[in-house]
Amino acid sequence: MKDIIFCKGGGCTAKLGAGALSRVLSKLPKKEDPNLLVGFEGSDDAAVYRINASQAIVSTLDFFPPMLEDPYLFGKVAATNALSDIYAMGGQVLSALNIVCFPEKMDLNILGKILQGGNEKVTEAGAVLAGGHSIADEDIKYGLSVTGLVDPEKIWRNSGCREGDALILTKKLGVGIIMTAHRIREASEEVVNQAVESMTTLNKYASEILRQYQVHACTDVTGFGFLVHLSEMLEDGCSAVIQADQVPRFDKVEAYAEEFYLTAAAQKNRNFMGDKVEFQNVSFAMEEVLFDPQTSGGLLASVSGQEADSIVEELQKQGIPAQIVGHVIPRQEKTVYVRG
Amino acid sequence: MKHTVDARGLACPLPVVNTKNEMKNMQEGETVEVLVDNEIAVQNLTKFANVRGHGVQAEKLSDNEFRVVITAGKPAETAIPEEAEELCLPSSKTSNVVVLSSNCMGEGEEALGKALMKAFIFALTKQDTYPAKILMYNSGAYLSCQGSDSLEDLKLLEAEGVEIFTCGTCLNFYNLSEKLAVGSVTNMYDIVEMMSSAGKIIKP
Repeated sequence: MKDIIFCKGGGCTAKLGAGALSRVLSKLPKKEDPNLLVGFEGSDDAAVYRINASQAIVSTLDFFPPMLEDPYLFGKVAATNALSDIYAMGGQVLSALNIVCFPEKMDLNILGKILQGGNEKVTEAGAVLAGGHSIADEDIKYGLSVTGLVDPEKIWRNSGCREGDALILTKKLGVGIIMTAHRIREASEEVVNQAVESMTTLNKYASEILRQYQVHACTDVTGFGFLVHLSEMLEDGCSAVIQADQVPRFDKVEAYAEEFYLTAAAQKNRNFMGDKVEFQNVSFAMEEVLFDPQTSGGLLASVSGQEADSIVEELQKQGIPAQIVGHVIPRQEKTVYVRG
Repeated sequence: MKHTVDARGLACPLPVVNTKNEMKNMQEGETVEVLVDNEIAVQNLTKFANVRGHGVQAEKLSDNEFRVVITAGKPAETAIPEEAEELCLPSSKTSNVVVLSSNCMGEGEEALGKALMKAFIFALTKQDTYPAKILMYNSGAYLSCQGSDSLEDLKLLEAEGVEIFTCGTCLNFYNLSEKLAVGSVTNMYDIVEMMSSAGKIIKP
């Protein structure tokens, strides 16, 4: 039997470029609805619709082609990634629907494994799988449409950083580079396992700890990479200084970047950032890590500088590899300064 | 021997990885022609060549066909007319490009040459009209890096809208890649294009 072409650059590397997307979105007419608290104009992680004074519905969906050959693990990663948007808004998940594209002639057991992995993560999240929709397609794609709940007064938007805030990142960077190296059989098994472990870890746990503190802005780092997501958070109001050596990243990821196991999406992210970022004494490999598209990446939260140390301590106590990666400063010429 | 890599239809990172593998068998100065079908692959190949210190030229053949020619090792700097004191091209609406091919101005004692270069760049900031671009290659690359006496002047010019470029191959060669402190990195393809389209090239 012919080999199944499972991985053609899957996961969040398959996302459309940020620049291309915003051009298209800006042309759509906008309908005003006072209850739509968060729509797509702020490039936020999920939509939030207020249903009463104390409750708002968070809706999001995410699906992508496989970045792993193991269908069960792919299902877990895709579900973890889709659920993450709810956590990035400070909400909790209620229910999820499967989104499936699957070739008619392919072994249905593969689909079964994908859905099994996805369902396990939905269950772990405390949500219920409520249905779904499947399409016969040439390639496999899988993900979830997720509904969650949030207090309208406690929505974590992905803008609202304040001067003096500390920036906390809760997962290591580099899964895009590692999966790219893995696809051409150049990645070590150990590092791939670490990346898979990270991609299948729900942001639920980090979110629950962060919810005990004041979060000024939060997003999950996905296809647009750390720097583009960060620059979206800063809008035009603030700038940030990032300490490159404080940024959590996987073992060997810089070595893989040196070998140019790089995605097209990373280059699109670099193009999108353009001159909005200035690197000071940062290696080429580390630049690539910061542009690397993440699948099921961690939360990036902007929190009060005073609370940051205790937050990180508590996150680390739970085994979350969180670090303070930088600080928010008054608006400068560049949006982000990365120091080596 | 002619080296070619047909990477059309291949997703990143394969165009770069296949090119890198092909170049393992190449000597300095040899070229490899890479065909790709998208602009991002061209950019990734260019990035690869610049970081590794190879020469690179890219050409768009059609909407979904691009040719990237990479020259192994140090690219031939001699392709640029080094001797010309001042190249007067037919005047056009494009503006002047200042070319700094050395960290010294003129031939002679190094200390004097460096002092003259510093004074030249300072004097540039005092002119009524600024050049459109400043291009630095070979030891000129030192001027835009940390430790240069001209950084403030160059930053001032940049703030005035002067585009500042330093040759990536040269930064790599002198181990300056991480010390660039003003402007951006460029490649031979762009250097040739900037010089060809300049109204006037000013070379101290």
